[in-house]
Amino acid sequence: MDLYRNLTIRQKQIVWAYAFLALPILFYSVIRFYPTGNAILISFQDWNLLGARTWTGLDNYVKLLGDPVFWQVFRNTFVYLLLGTPISLVISFIIAYHLDKTRFMHGFLRMLYFLPFMTSAVAMAWVWRWFYQPVPIGLFNNALASIGIPQIAFLNSTTNALPSVLAPAVWAGLGFQIIIFMAGLRAIPRSYYEAAKIDGVGWWTVLWEITIPLLKPTIVFIVVFSSIGFLRIFDHVFNMTTNNPGGPLNSTKPLVLMIYETAFDSFDMGYAAAQTVVLFLVLLVVSLIQLRILRDR
Amino acid sequence: MGLKMMRATALATATSVAALLGGAANAVEIEYWQYFFDARVTAMEQLIENFEAANPDITVTMTHFPYADYRTKVAAAVPAGEGPDVVQLFYGWLNDYVEAELIQPLPADAFPAAEIDATFFPMVQAMKEGDNYWALPTAVRSLALFYNKRLMEEAGVEPPTTIDEMVAAARAMTKVDGAGNVTQVGLTAGMTAQDHHWWREVLVRQFGGEPYTDDYRTVAYNSDAGIAALEFYTGMAMGDEPITAFGFMDEPQAAFRAGMAGMHIDGSFRIGALNDTRGLQWGVTELPATNDGMRSNYSSYWVNAITTKAEGEKYDAAVKFMQYITSDEAMQIWLDVVGELPAKPSVGMTDANANDEVFGPFIRGLAYAHTTKFADESGQRQLMVEMVERMTLQGMSAAESLAIAAEAEQALLDDYYKK
Repeated sequence: MDLYRNLTIRQKQIVWAYAFLALPILFYSVIRFYPTGNAILISFQDWNLLGARTWTGLDNYVKLLGDPVFWQVFRNTFVYLLLGTPISLVISFIIAYHLDKTRFMHGFLRMLYFLPFMTSAVAMAWVWRWFYQPVPIGLFNNALASIGIPQIAFLNSTTNALPSVLAPAVWAGLGFQIIIFMAGLRAIPRSYYEAAKIDGVGWWTVLWEITIPLLKPTIVFIVVFSSIGFLRIFDHVFNMTTNNPGGPLNSTKPLVLMIYETAFDSFDMGYAAAQTVVLFLVLLVVSLIQLRILRDR
Repeated sequence: MGLKMMRATALATATSVAALLGGAANAVEIEYWQYFFDARVTAMEQLIENFEAANPDITVTMTHFPYADYRTKVAAAVPAGEGPDVVQLFYGWLNDYVEAELIQPLPADAFPAAEIDATFFPMVQAMKEGDNYWALPTAVRSLALFYNKRLMEEAGVEPPTTIDEMVAAARAMTKVDGAGNVTQVGLTAGMTAQDHHWWREVLVRQFGGEPYTDDYRTVAYNSDAGIAALEFYTGMAMGDEPITAFGFMDEPQAAFRAGMAGMHIDGSFRIGALNDTRGLQWGVTELPATNDGMRSNYSSYWVNAITTKAEGEKYDAAVKFMQYITSDEAMQIWLDVVGELPAKPSVGMTDANANDEVFGPFIRGLAYAHTTKFADESGQRQLMVEMVERMTLQGMSAAESLAIAAEAEQALLDDYYKK
C-alpha cells in the first residue's frame, strides 16, 4: 500500500490505466491468443479428439500439399473472393450513389436494402435453396418451365453452383456496404461539388475526380472487410448444400467448410488445424496486400 | 385432537426426514449420456423410471445434447472425471473410444459372451473382443422399401418383391412433363441419403460381388459386379426412360413425404416422421430381392457402454443399469416408443413384431443384414456421392468412376487402420 501511496499522480494514473487495460488483454489472451497458439501446435500433431496427441512433425502440411481436394477448395475460396468483393463493391456503390440523390421515400428504400443484412444467413440460404430447385418445386425453374425454357441446373452443376451460392451472399452483404458508402458520400464537403458546378464540369468528371478519390478510405474499409468475409464464407454454402456439403464434386466448398468437415466429421483435428493455419496466413497476406495497395500514396 | 394431530405431524416429519437421510446415504447416482432425439429421450426417461422403481437405491440422471457436440463433450468430460458413467455411442466409433480408454469392457460374469453371441443378432459381435463385450445396443436399425399406396393404386401396381418388379412399378408411377422434366418419381434416389448403404451392402452383393473383404479393411467393390451395380443404380436416373431423378425435390424423404414419389428406401427411424405426415398413405415392404430370391440389407446401431469414470459402487450400479437397458423389456419399450428394432431375435422375432405391418419388413431384414464397419462414415459416404456425380455431371463411365472411388476409399481405410 505504501508503495502505491508514494507514487506521483502521473504514476498513479499510469497504474490505473494499466489496471483497466489488463482486462481486455486478459480477455484476448484467454479467448484469442491461447486458442490460436494451441491450433498452431495441434497442426503438428495427430489427434482424433479422444486419444492422446502425438507429434507428427510436418506430416499434416505434407498431406495438405498433396491433397487435390485442398487445392480445389483453395481455388474456390479465391473465386468467392475475386468474384464476390468487386461485384458487391460496384453494386453497393451504384446503389448508394443513387440512393444518396433520392429524396422520395429515402428512409424506406434504405431500410429495404438493409433488411437482408439483418436477416439470418441460415434462413436466407434455405429460401434461396428452394428457389434454385429443379421442377416441380423450384421457383426459378418452374417459371422457366412455364414459358418453355429448359431448366437451369443451379446447384446441381459443377459450373453454376458456385455463382448460385455466391449470389445470395453478395445480396446479404449489400445493405451494410451501402450504409458505409452513404456515410462516406455524406462526408465529402459540398464545397467541392459547388466549385465543380461553377467550373461547369460533367458528372463523369465529378464522379471520377472528386467522389471516388475522396471515398478512398471508405473503399479500403469495405474491400478489406468484405474480402475477409468472402474468404471465410461458410453458412451460405453449408446451408445451401447440406445434403452434400460443398458439392457437387467440391465445386462450392470453401476452406472453412473443409476445415469444419475434417475436424467434426472425420475427427482429424491435426489436419484441420493445419488447414486453419493456412487460412490464417491467407487472410493475413490478403489483408496486408490490400492495405498496402490502397494506402494513401 | 390438536395435540394428537401435532404429534402425528411430528412423527410423519421425523419419519420422512429419516427416510430421506437414509435414502441419501445409500443412493448411488449414476449419469447417462445420449444425443438429443425426441423419441429416444422419451424412451430413455421411461426406462430410467422403470429401473429406478426396481432399484430404489440407484438414481440415474440423463443428460443429452445436440448430436453435433456429442463426441467433443464426451471426450472432454470423461478424462476429467466429470461426464457419464454409462454412455451411448455409434457403433462405428467404438475403436476410437477403446483406444482413448474412455470405456471399459463389460464384466464377463454379468454379460457372458457366449450367451450374448447366442441371443443377440450376429452383427453385434463386432463389439466383442476375446471373452468380453465392450458395448451392447438396445436397438438396431435396418432398411426397407416404403411405398405410397395411393400412387400404387393409381398406376395399378403392387408392392414389388424383386428388383425387376420394383423397376417396373417405378416406371408406371413416374410422370414426365412435355419438356421431359420429371415431375413425379417412381423411386427416390440419392447417395446423400440411405442409398449409399443400399448400394454397398445390398446391390453390390445382389449383382454377385462383395463390397469389402478382410473385415472391411479392403475395398472389393471395384469388380464387374460393382460396375453392374453402379450402372443399374445410375441407369435409373440417366436412361432414356428415367424412373427417378437425383436431387428431385432436394431430399428423397421430402419427395416421399410430399406424395411425389412412388417408393423410397429408408431406415426404420423414418417411421415416426411418416406417421406425422398428414394425408400420406404409406406401406412398407422388404428391400427387393434378385430374381433368384437373394436378399441383403444394411443395419446399424447405437451402443451403450460403461465409461472408465465409473468405479466402485457406481460401477456396480452402471452394470445393473446396462443389464436393464439391454433386457427384453427395454427393447420392447424402445421399439414401441422410438420405432427402432430390438437387438435380440427373441424380442424382435416374436410373432407380433415380425408380422407387424410396419416393423415386420425391417425386423425380417435384420436376419440377412450386414453392418459396414466404417472408419469415417461421412467421408466414405462422400466418396459414393462423388462417384455418382462424376457420372451424372461429368459424363464419366461407371468403370472409371468406380475405380476412382475404390482407390480413394482404400486410401482412407489404410490411413485409419495404420494407427
